[in-house]
Amino acid sequence: MKEFDPGESASIVSVTDQVRRLSIGMPVIAVHFLGEDAAFVGAEENVAVVNAQSEMSQVAVHGGGILCVASDGQRIVMGGDDGKLVALDKKGEVALLATDPKRRWIDNVALHPDGAVAWSAGKTAFVRSGKAEEKTFDMPSTVGGLAFAPKGLRLAVAHYNGVTLWFPNMAANPEFLEWAGSHLGVVFSPDNKFLVTSMHEPALHGWRLADNRHMRMTGYPGRVRSLSWSAGGKALATSGADTVILWPFASKDGPMGKEPAMLAPLQARVSMVACHPKQDILAAGYSDGTILTVRLNDGAEILVRKNGTAPVSALAWNGKGTMLAFADEEGDAGLLEL
Amino acid sequence: MPESTSSKIPVTVLTGYLGAGKTTLLNRILSENHGKKYAVIVNEFGEIGIDNDLIIGADEEVFEMNNGCVCCTVRGDLVRILEGLMKRKGKFDAIIVETTGLADPAPVAQTFFVDEDVQKNARLDAVVTVADAKWLSHRLKDAPEAKNQIAFADVIVLNKIDLVSKAELAEVEARIRAINPYATLQRTERCQVALSDVLERGAFDLDRILEIEPEFLDAGDGHDHHHHHDHDHHHDHGHGGLKHYHDEDMQSLSLRSDKPLDATKFMPWLQNLVASEGQKILRSKGILAFSDDDDRYVFQGVHMMLEGDHQRAWKDGEARQSRLVFIGRELPEQTIRDGFEQCITT
Repeated sequence: MKEFDPGESASIVSVTDQVRRLSIGMPVIAVHFLGEDAAFVGAEENVAVVNAQSEMSQVAVHGGGILCVASDGQRIVMGGDDGKLVALDKKGEVALLATDPKRRWIDNVALHPDGAVAWSAGKTAFVRSGKAEEKTFDMPSTVGGLAFAPKGLRLAVAHYNGVTLWFPNMAANPEFLEWAGSHLGVVFSPDNKFLVTSMHEPALHGWRLADNRHMRMTGYPGRVRSLSWSAGGKALATSGADTVILWPFASKDGPMGKEPAMLAPLQARVSMVACHPKQDILAAGYSDGTILTVRLNDGAEILVRKNGTAPVSALAWNGKGTMLAFADEEGDAGLLEL
Repeated sequence: MPESTSSKIPVTVLTGYLGAGKTTLLNRILSENHGKKYAVIVNEFGEIGIDNDLIIGADEEVFEMNNGCVCCTVRGDLVRILEGLMKRKGKFDAIIVETTGLADPAPVAQTFFVDEDVQKNARLDAVVTVADAKWLSHRLKDAPEAKNQIAFADVIVLNKIDLVSKAELAEVEARIRAINPYATLQRTERCQVALSDVLERGAFDLDRILEIEPEFLDAGDGHDHHHHHDHDHHHDHGHGGLKHYHDEDMQSLSLRSDKPLDATKFMPWLQNLVASEGQKILRSKGILAFSDDDDRYVFQGVHMMLEGDHQRAWKDGEARQSRLVFIGRELPEQTIRDGFEQCITT
């Protein structure tokens, strides 16, 4: 592919010189903030924790590949191909939460604000609530994604041909939302009104939970791997195209019958999106290594990192929205203080 | 051409009916001293007696893409496992996918055609089918899965030949050839086969579709296949005392033309053919000479899925002959032949 030459947009505001450059020394699959520290999760075995003074320390978490990551800001929970579910906390301490007796891969993990954790191995979903009681539920096919509802202990489990909504602490039968195809990721809207899955096909599927009305969100050239709700849940930003695709969710109908906004077009595929936690701004990482911050209302862009490197594979804001952390598939990373 | 294939991890699909010897072959591949490390995706844990943290259990979960098209079934579990394995790139050289004895190899192969992320990192190397010399002839009669696996194969390991007589061996080989004359055939006892004959075959590599000639029983017999130019129904004719069978529901069909093809007619014809008859066509391959085109065009397909590209310039003195092969079930032979004729320039 030809390198993108941002020649004509020379007027773009650049903050590339304000980025603290870091070399993580391993491919990075996710980044999360634990207080002041940025924790870069490697593809295998280790997490590299970088503190406010840019000092880096490596923490061993898995005996193999790291397959899934979730964080609530207090801890990062990871599942691996060693069959282990491991948590890393703010003090840098590692706790083993669970070991699969058959050493199956831990494919998915989700965290609830009250401390509950859910994970899956093959077709089985597990939930352990704050009181450490563990519940399991077998799905009709392998679990593709997990998400806790923002209210109550309710878990969405994505799998083939739909999503199962399960209340682990209630005897009631789980609810099944059907849609043909393989559902690989799932998110609730922050207001608990919508559920959205990313599919194996380059599309999203959504349900309005009040009446289970379907929402088809299609037109992507590639699979959608990164989803992020804007501040207040007014819009859902997604990767998978050569622009950031932003679906409107502010009204009671969500994106039904509406066109998405398309922001920050480049000659590269958006690989990661991360919305600012408080303002209507998002950060987008691209397959050519570019990182931009984009204002949602007018699409104004600021260049954080130039193109010409490996695809951006990790992107996150800290809780206050004062720091942005990023990394790419080859372990080049950076921190930007706003 | 897109990214070079060399950086992609080769994936061998190992099929075979129950009891044919898949696990024996797998154990050999894993225990032999070849200096390579294999990640293995198995359908049942515990059968492999070798300690390897890169042995992964799979559930053989297929799903229908495009909202229920049966020809677009893919193995979702493979997509997930390959993605997970890619986190450990550099820890292994190749991947072997073992399927259950009753599995159809098509969804595995189709996974490599349709999934962008799988394609980026891995390439299908070959479908290797292990067959039991003693029982295959029976299974071809009573088990459609066994026939599928033979039809789909790039390499057939005909195992347990020590348990059959020469006549029985000739019989089973003729039955195999009636279905799939194009696969390479390895006769073995206890799967004793040179690993180079089953691994790194490049059978799906467009750059290596050099020849699509039927393989005949006595490899090294000079490969004198010119009889194919003269008549179409190869199953009607004996060669050197070789028995020839016609399999009632699974056949191969080869087409040739010494005159160039009209690309503007051929491409729509081929696409329509696989769209309408894709359920019947298991595998297809071709080397094509188009009019006003100095490059060889090559394609291959699995059911409805096709991929093709210009391969290289025709060499000076090289016969610009187009050759196509279809292997499938109840192929509408005359319709295909007539359609192909329409694509030949006059």
